[in-house]
This record gives sequence, C-alpha cells and structure tokens, in this order.
Amino acid sequence: MSELEFAPFILSFKLAGITTLILFVLSVPLAWWLSQTSSKTKPFFEALTALPLVLPPSVLGFYILVALSQNSPVGSFFNEYFDIQLIFNFQGLVIASCFYSLPFMVQPLQSGFESLSKNMLEASYISGKSKYQTLIFVALPNIKPALLTAIIVTFAHTVGEFGVILMVGGSIPEETKVASVAIYEMVEIMDYTNAHIYSAMMVVMSFFVLLGVYIFNHKQKFSGFIK
Amino acid sequence: MIKIKIINHILNLDLEINEGDFIAISGKSGSGKTTLLRVLAGLDSANGDIKVGNKIFLNKNHHLKVQDRNIGFVFQDYALFDNMSVERNLLYVSNDKTLSNKLLDMTQMSEFKNRLPNTLSGGQKQRVAICRALMRNPNILLLDEALSALDPQMRTKLQNILLNLHKEFKTTTIMVSHDPSEIYRLASRVIVIDDGKIINDGSPKDVLLQTSGSQKFSFEGEVLEIKKVDVIFIATVAIGQQLVEIVISGDEAKDLKAGDGVNVSTKAFNVNVKKN
Repeated sequence: MSELEFAPFILSFKLAGITTLILFVLSVPLAWWLSQTSSKTKPFFEALTALPLVLPPSVLGFYILVALSQNSPVGSFFNEYFDIQLIFNFQGLVIASCFYSLPFMVQPLQSGFESLSKNMLEASYISGKSKYQTLIFVALPNIKPALLTAIIVTFAHTVGEFGVILMVGGSIPEETKVASVAIYEMVEIMDYTNAHIYSAMMVVMSFFVLLGVYIFNHKQKFSGFIK
Repeated sequence: MIKIKIINHILNLDLEINEGDFIAISGKSGSGKTTLLRVLAGLDSANGDIKVGNKIFLNKNHHLKVQDRNIGFVFQDYALFDNMSVERNLLYVSNDKTLSNKLLDMTQMSEFKNRLPNTLSGGQKQRVAICRALMRNPNILLLDEALSALDPQMRTKLQNILLNLHKEFKTTTIMVSHDPSEIYRLASRVIVIDDGKIINDGSPKDVLLQTSGSQKFSFEGEVLEIKKVDVIFIATVAIGQQLVEIVISGDEAKDLKAGDGVNVSTKAFNVNVKKN
C-alpha cells in the first residue's frame, strides 16, 4: 500500500471551483437570453448547450483534443502569441471541463428564469429599469434555489469528470491527475485499499454536498420575514 | 390630452382622454381590454399613434421604450418583487422615501413596510402594488382588473383607497373592470370594448343603468332551483353574490328551469321574473 496523498483531491476541487466560476459568469447571460428570447434560433442554441449531456466523454474529449492541439488554429495561436499549451496541462482541463459541464449550469438557470412571473419582470421594466438591472436586482435574487442547484451540480459534476480528463489531460501528477483518474490508476495497479479510501471519500463528500442543497431548497420554500 | 389611435391583430380603436380623468374599460373577456393597456404601456406592439401630453409614445417611425414611458401598471396577480420588502419594492422604482412613506401611510400599509410580499394577504399585496405603481409620479396609471381577485369587503376598501389616491395625485387612470359597482363608484367615463372596437362610450350612469320602460329596478340573475310549496312555486335566483327567493305562478314555473338566465324586476308591487 503506497502512501495516501491528497494532491489529486485538491486538484479535483481546484478544477471544479475554477470551472464553476467561469461557467457561472458565462451561463447567467446565456440562460437569461434563452429564457427571454422569442428568436427562432433558440432551439439551435438549446440543442448545442445540451450536447455534452448525450455525447460520450471520449467523443467530446477527442474533439477538444483536436481543437486545442498545437496543429489546430486555436492551439497554434495560443502557443505562438502567449506561449501557452492548451492540452496535457491544467488550462486544458479547465477548457474541457467548461464544455463538459456547460448544460449543468445553463439548464437549471434557464428553468429558474423561465419559472419567474412574466408580470414581475414587466413590472420592473415599467419601473424604468433596464433588462440588465432587472436581471441583477429582480431575476437572480428570485431564483436562489436554482442558482444554488446550478452551482453545486456543476461543481459536483466537474469533480466527477473522468473520460474527458483522461483524453485531454492524461495523468500528470499535480497537473492533470485528478481524484477520479487517481482512483482508476489505483485499481489498475490493484491497490484496492487506497482505491476504497478515495472512493469512499468521494461518496461521502458528494452525499453531504447534495444533502446541503436539498436542505437549503427545502428551507427556501418556507422562508418568510426578513430577519 | 391623451390621444390614442391604434391598430394591431386585436385592436382597432380611436380614443381621446382628458388628463386627470378616471376611465373604466369594460367588455367581455377576449375583447382586447388588457391588450389596450399593454399597448399603452409599451409591452405589446401595435401600429398607429399614441400621444400623452407632448410626449409621443408611438407613431410611424418611433416606439418609445417601456422604460421611458413613465407608466404605472397594476397587475391582477400583484407582480411584486418577492425578494424585496414592501418598502424596497417601492424604493426600487424611485429612491424617494418621503413619497414611499406618504403612499404607505395613505394605504395603511406603514406597519407592514419591512415584511416580504409572500407574508401578506391579497388585499395588502395589491395595496403595495398600487403604491409601487405611483412611485414614479406616472403620466398614466393602468389598472388591469386590479381588484377582481379580492373579496367584496376588501374590494370596497381598495376602491376607497384608489379614490383617495386619485384625489391626491390627480393621475390619469385607466382601469379595466368587470364590476359595475366598482366602475360606478370610481370612474367618470366608461368605454365598452368588443372585438377590439369601442361599442359604447359615456358616463357610467348612461352606460351601466339597464332599466328600461317603467320598471323601478331590474337585475340579471340565474335560476338555481324551483320548488313547489302548496299551490305556489318558489324560485331561488342568484343575483350577483346574493340569493333571493321569489314567488312565481304555475305558468311562470312551467317556463323556467334551473340554470336559466332571468331578468328580475318590479313595477308597482309585483316581482316579475322574465326569461332572457
């Protein structure tokens, strides 16, 4: 039994944290637009956003690999001008995770926005407030449970990512070797004890995170007076 | 002067309203009443001209944005901002504490100003919504069946509040309503719309009073039950919120059955029940 190290866990959480932050910033405007638009292009963008849900991670990983490699326009651009490589390192994992977890952020936000009373948003416009002000001061504060669900599920889903990471990042210690990959490798070398410990930690942590979300959402329904 | 001349897939009407008036819009559901308010507010689109005082809301090459029209709108479902306290709901529109305190005071809502909307009753919520609509000192106040979800006592209370507010602020008000007593009490002019067109326009008295000939009074009602008591028949009729029992003759009873719409009227001493 080799010594237990926590680097893969820390890496997993760092990756999930950064991905969640980036996705949140990008998805709020996208989900808001999707919920409000009457454009005919809406189904197209909805299908595109949901694609990572149905694609095998290997397919997603393969195309991200192709798109970011040094032979691709994107990869060569970053390599030439910023001297940054986008694959087999942490940056690459962040980009891949953003694609992989996109629907988990966009969909709860979109359905949250869609559940808001149309009249309430119109009341804000009538009050002289722009779409942007309405989003910040009325829409977002009124979808707190959806916000929390989106953030937590995106975080948890990124922590649980495996296939895409293996394709795009490989298994470089402290760079791309996240918890799920570490467990896979332990099983490969038949280090079941550590695999057990890692897996059990994942199960317990995931459970308590989800439990927290459901308790919060339950309480939200019965909130009342301003404290 | 407010000049409205609009055409869209529902409406086709031409209308002038004096500033400071309290106008009621009446008509069957689906006749375009709410659409008219929404077009005025800029929430729905239409072709034509809308001019409020010197401000052009709509013409051939200009559609003033909702945000810039300075309208007060009260929805039937209140549409309060659930995340904000009563007072924040008002201050969100305009950060004017003097006005918000005055409005909350006039509507007897001051003691609730730190409460969240979902802890209030329907009548309280609608008072907050009315206050909120007045926070911008709007050019026009639009009420879309604002009181119809409330019980009769609360409705009367809010009608009085609306009257007081109208006296105080003299805001031109356009109210969609189905309730004749409400219209009679509040409005100085009624416009009846059907199928997007104006079919009647005048004072509430002229438009709403439906007695004809020499009848002293008459009501529209619905027969709920007819039962035989000895040699007479008694019809139970629902008139508005009220149930009345009326003695009818055997001939009249033959003609009527439960569910029939009837006109109940008196002339001299007899109560007449006539099938519509």
